[in-house]
Amino acid sequence: MKQAQFDAVIIGAGGAGLRAALQLAQSNVKVAVVSKVFPTRSHTVAAQGGINAALGNVSEDNWHWHMFDTIKGSDYLGDQDAIEFMCREAVEIVRELEHFGVPFSRLDSGKIYQRPFGGQSQHFGESQATRTCAAADRTGHAILHSLYQQNLQVGTHFFNEHLALDLIKDEQHQIAAIMSLDIQTGEYHLLRANQFLIATGGAGQLFRTNTNAMINTGDGLGMVLRAGLPLMDMEFWQFHPTGVAGKGMLISEGARGEGGVLRNAQGEAFMQRYAPKVKDLASRDVVSRAIAIEIQQGRGCGEHKDYIELDLTHLDPEMIKTRLPGIRDISLTFTGQDPINSPIPIHPSCHYMMGGIPTNLHGQVLTKQDGQMHALPNLYAIGEAACVSVHGANRLGGNSLLDIVVFGREAARHMQQQTQLGSASDLPLQMQQVEQRIHKWQRALSNNASPNNTPLSANINDNADSIYLIKQDLQRIMEQHCGVFRDAPNLAAGLPKLDALAERLNKVGLEDSAQVFNLERVQAFELENLLALGYATLHSALSRQESRGAHSRVDFPERDDQAWLKHTLYFSENHRIDDKPVNLSPLTVDGFKPKPRVY
Amino acid sequence: MEFIIYRFNPETDKAPYNQTYQLDKTQIKPGMMLLDALKHLKQQDPSLSFRSSCQEGVCGSDGVNANGQNKLACITPLSELGNKISLRPLPGLPVIRDLVVDMTQFYEHYERVAPYLQADEFNADVEHLQTPMERAKLDGHYECILCGCCTTSCPSFWWNPDKFAGPAALLAAHRFVVDSRDIQPKQRLKQLDDAYTTFRCRNIQNCTASCPKGLDPSAAISDLKHRIINDD
Repeated sequence: MKQAQFDAVIIGAGGAGLRAALQLAQSNVKVAVVSKVFPTRSHTVAAQGGINAALGNVSEDNWHWHMFDTIKGSDYLGDQDAIEFMCREAVEIVRELEHFGVPFSRLDSGKIYQRPFGGQSQHFGESQATRTCAAADRTGHAILHSLYQQNLQVGTHFFNEHLALDLIKDEQHQIAAIMSLDIQTGEYHLLRANQFLIATGGAGQLFRTNTNAMINTGDGLGMVLRAGLPLMDMEFWQFHPTGVAGKGMLISEGARGEGGVLRNAQGEAFMQRYAPKVKDLASRDVVSRAIAIEIQQGRGCGEHKDYIELDLTHLDPEMIKTRLPGIRDISLTFTGQDPINSPIPIHPSCHYMMGGIPTNLHGQVLTKQDGQMHALPNLYAIGEAACVSVHGANRLGGNSLLDIVVFGREAARHMQQQTQLGSASDLPLQMQQVEQRIHKWQRALSNNASPNNTPLSANINDNADSIYLIKQDLQRIMEQHCGVFRDAPNLAAGLPKLDALAERLNKVGLEDSAQVFNLERVQAFELENLLALGYATLHSALSRQESRGAHSRVDFPERDDQAWLKHTLYFSENHRIDDKPVNLSPLTVDGFKPKPRVY
Repeated sequence: MEFIIYRFNPETDKAPYNQTYQLDKTQIKPGMMLLDALKHLKQQDPSLSFRSSCQEGVCGSDGVNANGQNKLACITPLSELGNKISLRPLPGLPVIRDLVVDMTQFYEHYERVAPYLQADEFNADVEHLQTPMERAKLDGHYECILCGCCTTSCPSFWWNPDKFAGPAALLAAHRFVVDSRDIQPKQRLKQLDDAYTTFRCRNIQNCTASCPKGLDPSAAISDLKHRIINDD
């Protein structure tokens, strides 16, 4: 085992981790970034449509309207202090990104191009706003690469292709180190530091049909649960309305922002029945439910009536080529159809985790002990892995890229100020838990080591269980028991199925016996995290007896602010559920009181 | 369908070898990509190693050499590859294991061209202005995903992997030279001006032919050469 020591360790090198790393490295903090892939492979790269900021470059805008839209979009579950903070920072931080080199598309005025997105309004719900700053439809790619480039300039230290396994506490129960697996060599590294930041992104791999990369397995969330800390609002998963049917890849909301229309088998632009005012630009939860209902009621397209069409054929082909080149590529590659000439077959696809690791405004991780919430002194979480909570029960398009850079910077600033910086714990560490996990999969390696180490396909027992099969079953179970529409019997029926998977995961061995680039072992560690999140999701969804945002309970179809205007906390020990109040008091303006949510 | 795949595990193999796999017809669906096939093969044999992540051609993880051409597995339809498919790691870089190459040298060349915007002072009240025409010059550059398909298909890089920056790094260099916001274009050109870094390019154009994103590093390198010469 190798050892190293830093002031701060950041886990994850997507947009959030890289923005934080840049801040710390610029301030001469000795920071290391641990990433299981080379940084520009992180999933921020796949974000398409853009980043919200009330620049007002196209039409009048104001951070206060952005704040209102975000709160309404969150179905009033978002914390209003955090939302105010994010929306106020947005304008300056987008200009900062531009300064870092992000190649935003431009208006004739030379200013940053903005497009309309779902759930955006002027004057607190009156008319459509145009708030999403875009680099064509490759905004995430542009931001991720620019942030990585800026980190190169300041010489940030990276541990690439290192899988973080666990947070490790010292004798006084302070987090004092992390353990990581160097995927290239199979060696384990113990990284001691004073401050830790989790920026490991989402976990869309929990569901069968998703828009997420293979790497989105919620590793940081699994680490937090194993450290005895809670997750928040894990029942809220966003199903993006427009994934490619049968495959899942994302077709940006920008396609509808630029004028695209959803149509059912009869060619009807059905969103006017569900959201008469803003139609196709209603919030994502609203549009996804509408699509699910259209298909349920037999108005789906195609031979099996199992998808809906996104129609761009009435739009200017030149506009499609310049503003939506990436989604045109995806459509051409994966459906064989050019959206200039024919509609794109789409179906809702699991896209984003609104829940995550609870934090305060500065990104400090929160836990609840003896009925009181309190912040851990040296553990932070940001981005999709965290739940601060700016997205509440439903995230607005264009707010996730904003979330990662705003809270990436804020967490880093707060870490800089922490006095403990530079004096990491040198107390003995509690290594038992992580050693057990390491030994478990190490043993699985040696048990299966065949003499020649080159198993031919013919030698492999087809009936044997495998990491791959268990993951596939987990994704199916989550889709069947915790999809767009939910009810108590179906949710409860999922739990024993997860127990059966846990049993299988305990017994399964690995076929690959190598140390170098053993991706089967990586998937085993990831699967432990995913399964833990499966439990968190089902238990949280079962506990919330109302419908709010992305959580649609058929047996409790109404939102119930009396009983449920609160966050869900989930602890893995005995699958305990607790709660945390929603912050309805912003920093400087009046709070927005919950109202019925109509688009 | 038959796959002949380059295998090498440094812990147990003295030398690389080819292993043949079969994919049953029933497992092959219309529109299936090479990556989907690799995943099926990994189910048959979990010891087969290859990188992949986004599965839609934006993260740049899964560059491989398929039937002699560098491709991204996730956006290469099986139907393009025939019934007998030969898969090798990207050429010209050390192999870590199977189809996984060590990209350190590739990344080092990228870092060496200072691939970051150096703009005038930051002003929180207004962005650096750029006309749509000026912005259009970045198209065909910033979309690069650093998959390495171009650089590892370049004979000049194979000959001088330590000294020739290679098409991906030079495309990045050009992206900042032509960015109207950058204040260091002359400095950048000076840095690229030696017998190897840029001028080892012999205009073979394998880079442009192999780019899975349809970018044209060859044209960017030609423009860099012109600018360097005219700058002198």
